Amino acid sequence: MKITKEISIGDVAARSEELRGENMTLNMGPSHPATHGVLRLSLELDGDKVVKCDPVIGYLHRGDEKIAENMTYNQFVPYTDRLDYLAPLANNVAYAIAVEKLAGLKLPARCEAIRVLTCEMARISSHLLGIGVYAMDTGAWTVFMYTFNEREKLYTLFEELTGARFTTSYTRIGGVTRDIPDGWLPKVSAFCDGVERTIDEVDKLLTRNGIFLERTEGIATISKEMALAYGLTGPNLRASGVPFDLRKDKPYSGYEQYDFDVPVGVKGDCFDRYLVRMEELRQSVRIIRQVVKTMPGGAWYAEDAKKIFLPPKAKVMTKMEELIQNFMLVTEGPQIPAGEVYFEAENPKGALGFYVVSNGGGVPYRLRIRGPSFVSLSILPAIVPGNFLTDVASILGSLDFVMGECDR
Amino acid sequence: MDAAALTSRFPATQDLAGKDMPTYRVAGSDLLAVVSALRDEQGFDLLADLCGLELQGRPVRFGVVIHLLSTTHKEYVRLHVDAVNDRVPSVSSLHPGANWHEREAFDMFGIVFEGHPDPRRILMWDSYPYHPLRKDFPLAGIEVPFPAADVAEVTGQKVEPAPMMGGPFVSHGGKLSEGEPSALDQSWTEEKPKA
Repeated sequence: MKITKEISIGDVAARSEELRGENMTLNMGPSHPATHGVLRLSLELDGDKVVKCDPVIGYLHRGDEKIAENMTYNQFVPYTDRLDYLAPLANNVAYAIAVEKLAGLKLPARCEAIRVLTCEMARISSHLLGIGVYAMDTGAWTVFMYTFNEREKLYTLFEELTGARFTTSYTRIGGVTRDIPDGWLPKVSAFCDGVERTIDEVDKLLTRNGIFLERTEGIATISKEMALAYGLTGPNLRASGVPFDLRKDKPYSGYEQYDFDVPVGVKGDCFDRYLVRMEELRQSVRIIRQVVKTMPGGAWYAEDAKKIFLPPKAKVMTKMEELIQNFMLVTEGPQIPAGEVYFEAENPKGALGFYVVSNGGGVPYRLRIRGPSFVSLSILPAIVPGNFLTDVASILGSLDFVMGECDR
Repeated sequence: MDAAALTSRFPATQDLAGKDMPTYRVAGSDLLAVVSALRDEQGFDLLADLCGLELQGRPVRFGVVIHLLSTTHKEYVRLHVDAVNDRVPSVSSLHPGANWHEREAFDMFGIVFEGHPDPRRILMWDSYPYHPLRKDFPLAGIEVPFPAADVAEVTGQKVEPAPMMGGPFVSHGGKLSEGEPSALDQSWTEEKPKA
């Protein structure tokens, strides 16, 4: 027999204390649009307020550090593409500089300028996506269309330069894979004009947008002390008011020659993190214009590093010395002296660090990757509780992380 | 960075004369005092990185390497710590950012961080029995005289399954069919002409 029980609204109100009950555990992810990849948040909710947040990571763990110990230095370059896959060029450069620092290599000015140029283009590409999806997470669809349009143009430029749109693998230890193609720099200048217009449009769409402000202002404020304690780097650290930028404070690859400003936030909330990224876009365009204007001529790889960089193909086919050199480099890898080095580069997501321990020879003994996204996510248990469930999307968007780099 | 002050105050500290940044070997018992002195007195306010390492030419097997950064003086310092009996004191109480790095070092090497607030694995799943970054962890299966039939059939190697297999979300390799598309047609050579 079926038993039905009638409950009136009055009854529910009377039982409200009883209905409050216990907290609910909600799994957000690993495949949720707002977690930007395979991040899982184990949230404990009281109503729609988050009480506890426990990020569960590792869904994209590929063992890059183990893989690196079993291949030569140049063979690992394609793996660096897949760390922060929204800015592969910047990862390539960071890795190459770390190993070159261990080898004590000095690179020609043209090579360094090309690297700065590609790093800044990668930063624009990463920030455009970061801001686009951040806006989408907070309910503004259109911005994503604007920024993705510009990213397509960047991909076309990357393809002309490196041969690949996405996984560029552009650097080699001691240089880059190829010189800039003819007529490429004017196209970069033309892109700069276009992207500046888009940045202005995005600015008009978002910065004074009431809905966007409601969703971001005063949410998940990270104080200066907290940002330092958790080791945040990059835009997330600067948004909290710490004026630290490795490009200015520990210049590498000739960044000291270029004139640019480092934007710093005041409050450290979600909105400040957005503002810092917007301004960094403009500063990157400024750097690119300077590099294009002052691009030095000459060699684009370290010509004297015979035991590290592959000789030119034309010489391999005609000269005995170069043929032997080519054979040794391909079979045994670039010869890096024994020692240890730690190098951090200012990547779009923060400081990407490589700690390389070498016993000499062509294979690293230990290669540690310090992913900025890993560190950015480690602050979540401290900043998410106390916010509403809807705010989680905007907090994640504001931290601008990528799981490829977090899980490695 | 005052090297003399550090070595005189902590006599067990050894200056390793690092080429890229000041490098010290710190005794595990001094670690917390050294890190807190560096943070509060010398301005090393940001823990850039902490990782495990299998040591070479040392009496202990594992060590921990800590990179500290000073955002005011714009410099780094590197600390080496030996993990005696695979144990190192945790610095998470001084730098909360070390929490996840220490969990990773435990996950990858099995180094135990004493006083860690949340000693769980982080990248591998909780029931995973190995520490994959140890040098004795094989890259593609352990070679054995009597291999698992299914693995030998797929890989052609005499190996036990790689210790990855069987975990959650690990896909199982299927059989390659004859009609599998491949980039290079290897069915014919100069000796064996194309059918």
